[in-house]
This record gives sequence, C-alpha cells and structure tokens, in this order.
Amino acid sequence: MHIPDGFLDPKVWAGASAVSAGALAGALAQTRKALEERQVPLLGVMGAFIFAAQMVNFPVAGGTSGHLLGAALAAVLLGPWSAMLIMTAVLVIQMLFFYDGGLTALGANVLNMAVIAPWVAYGTYRLFAGLSRGSTGRGVAVFLASWLSVMAAALACSLELALSGTVPLGVVVPAMMGWHALIGIGEGVITTVAVAFVSRVWDLEQPGQKSLTVGERK
Amino acid sequence: MKKNLLWGLLIALVVAAFLSPFASPYPDGLERVAEDKGFLDLAEGKELIQVFMPDYQFPGIPHEGLATSIAGIIGTLLVFGAVYFLGKALARKRGVASTVQGKDERRY
Repeated sequence: MHIPDGFLDPKVWAGASAVSAGALAGALAQTRKALEERQVPLLGVMGAFIFAAQMVNFPVAGGTSGHLLGAALAAVLLGPWSAMLIMTAVLVIQMLFFYDGGLTALGANVLNMAVIAPWVAYGTYRLFAGLSRGSTGRGVAVFLASWLSVMAAALACSLELALSGTVPLGVVVPAMMGWHALIGIGEGVITTVAVAFVSRVWDLEQPGQKSLTVGERK
Repeated sequence: MKKNLLWGLLIALVVAAFLSPFASPYPDGLERVAEDKGFLDLAEGKELIQVFMPDYQFPGIPHEGLATSIAGIIGTLLVFGAVYFLGKALARKRGVASTVQGKDERRY
C-alpha cells in the first residue's frame, strides 16, 4: 500500500510527515538508549528480509495481490522502536532506488507502515501473548497482531486519501479494508511461520516479554 | 556476524533473487482500489524524481526476471547496509564500560 505521488494533497502529506518525523525522533532516542552493538547485525538482517519479502506479491483474489508488510514481524521479534527504524529504512530505499511510494508521500507511508503498523502489532501481540502461555497462544497472538497491523495501516491510508479529497471516505474505507482483510491473512500466515521458525532457531524467551530477542544471549 | 544471522541474510537474498521474479503481477490492494474508484490517474505523470531501478527492474537487462532478481539483490543489500550503519551509529559502545556501567548495561 505504498502511496505514490499525486494521491495526497500538500496539507495531508506535510502533516503526516511532521507526525512521522516526531515519531522517528522518539525511535532514534529510544534506540540510542537501548540498542547494543551485538544486536545491530540482527536488525540489518531483519531489514534485508523485509525488503526481499515485500517484493514477492502473492495473489489474494479477483486479480488483486498483496505482499508482506513485515511491521509485525519486526515489532514482535525486535520491539517496536527498532521495528520503526527498520521499516523506515526499507521505505526510504524503496522510494529512492525503485520509486515504490512517492517522494511527497514518504511521510505518510512511514506513518502508515513504519509507525502505526508496528505499534498496532506490538500492542496487539503484548495483549494476547499475555493472555495465554505456550506456542499455540503465541501463534494466535502473532497472527492477530499481523492481521490488525495491516488493517490499521490500510485504515490510516484510507483516511489520508479521504482527507486529501482524492476519494470519499465512505467509498475508500470499505474497499481498502475489504482487500486488506484478505492481504492481512497472508501477512498473518507468513509472520506466524517466520516467528515460529526464528524462535526454534534462537531458543527465544517466553511471550509476555518486551520482545522476543531483545534479551538474546548467545 | 553469527552463523544464524548469515543464514538469515542468505534467506533474504534467496527470496529477493529467486522468488521475486515469480511475484504476482496483479495490482496490490491500494492500486486495485485506486483503479476501481477511479483515482489511479492522479498518480500518472506525477513522477518527481528519476530513480535507478524503477519498477524493481535493473536497467539495461532485456530479461525481465533477471532484471528483477538483480534489483532485488541490490535492494536487499542496500537495506542491510543502511540499517547496519544506522544501528552502529546508534548502538551503545561496549568494552569501555566500568563495573557500574556494566551493571547498567544488563538492564536492557
């Protein structure tokens, strides 16, 4: 759901950029406090994987496709602050080198996919992972977090389009939410499998902690 | 870098190189909505910058799948590099910590 140039009017993209800039300043400050050098390569690998996975569109239905967003994957495994920075790096490189997502729309795309999506994923994950123990409970929490992160980003995108006067709110919301409810299932399946795989390889901590790998010891 | 991480990077590169050429060509959710609701044309001719690999195609390669693979590999490495150097710049340095700082570090 990378918004191209031309869809948003100046007040919306400028406003979204300001909100994103503030949120990123927070992420930089938090990361500077908490990030340890040994965790840095892991962040790089997460960014690389998310970029690669975003290239692989999967068909959902009726001649429409979707691709992994990755915000939930990063937020669940690395925590929301790191996820914000990783997602932003992916979006900036996609814009600068591939023109996927517009230059003026970058702030809005960051807001939807690098701020709202990771935080919705993280909040949902923490809420549901705390309710039940064990790997099934965690799987359900990861799936819900992934699905909701896509829906939240799609809703934010719809609001930005409507505020820009591009399309009426009552038209864009049901359309965007409908397609992204399907795309979100793909997001949920891929993220749940990826988290299960990574936690097998890494012997991660139990759910309910700040993030699974933040206390990674090896 | 630890072995697991090298495997992770390798998986990312394999996805970028070998799966991306088989990506679905259908429009994504937003593009589809823009098409259906008649605002896709708003983006036409609005390009503000010239980029090196538009549409995830490495320039000058006639084989579309190969052009996508190469673009994918380059993009994957660019993101890895960008996040790595950003992380290095932000991360707290180790090795100079006194005992007190050492205790402080373990809180995280």
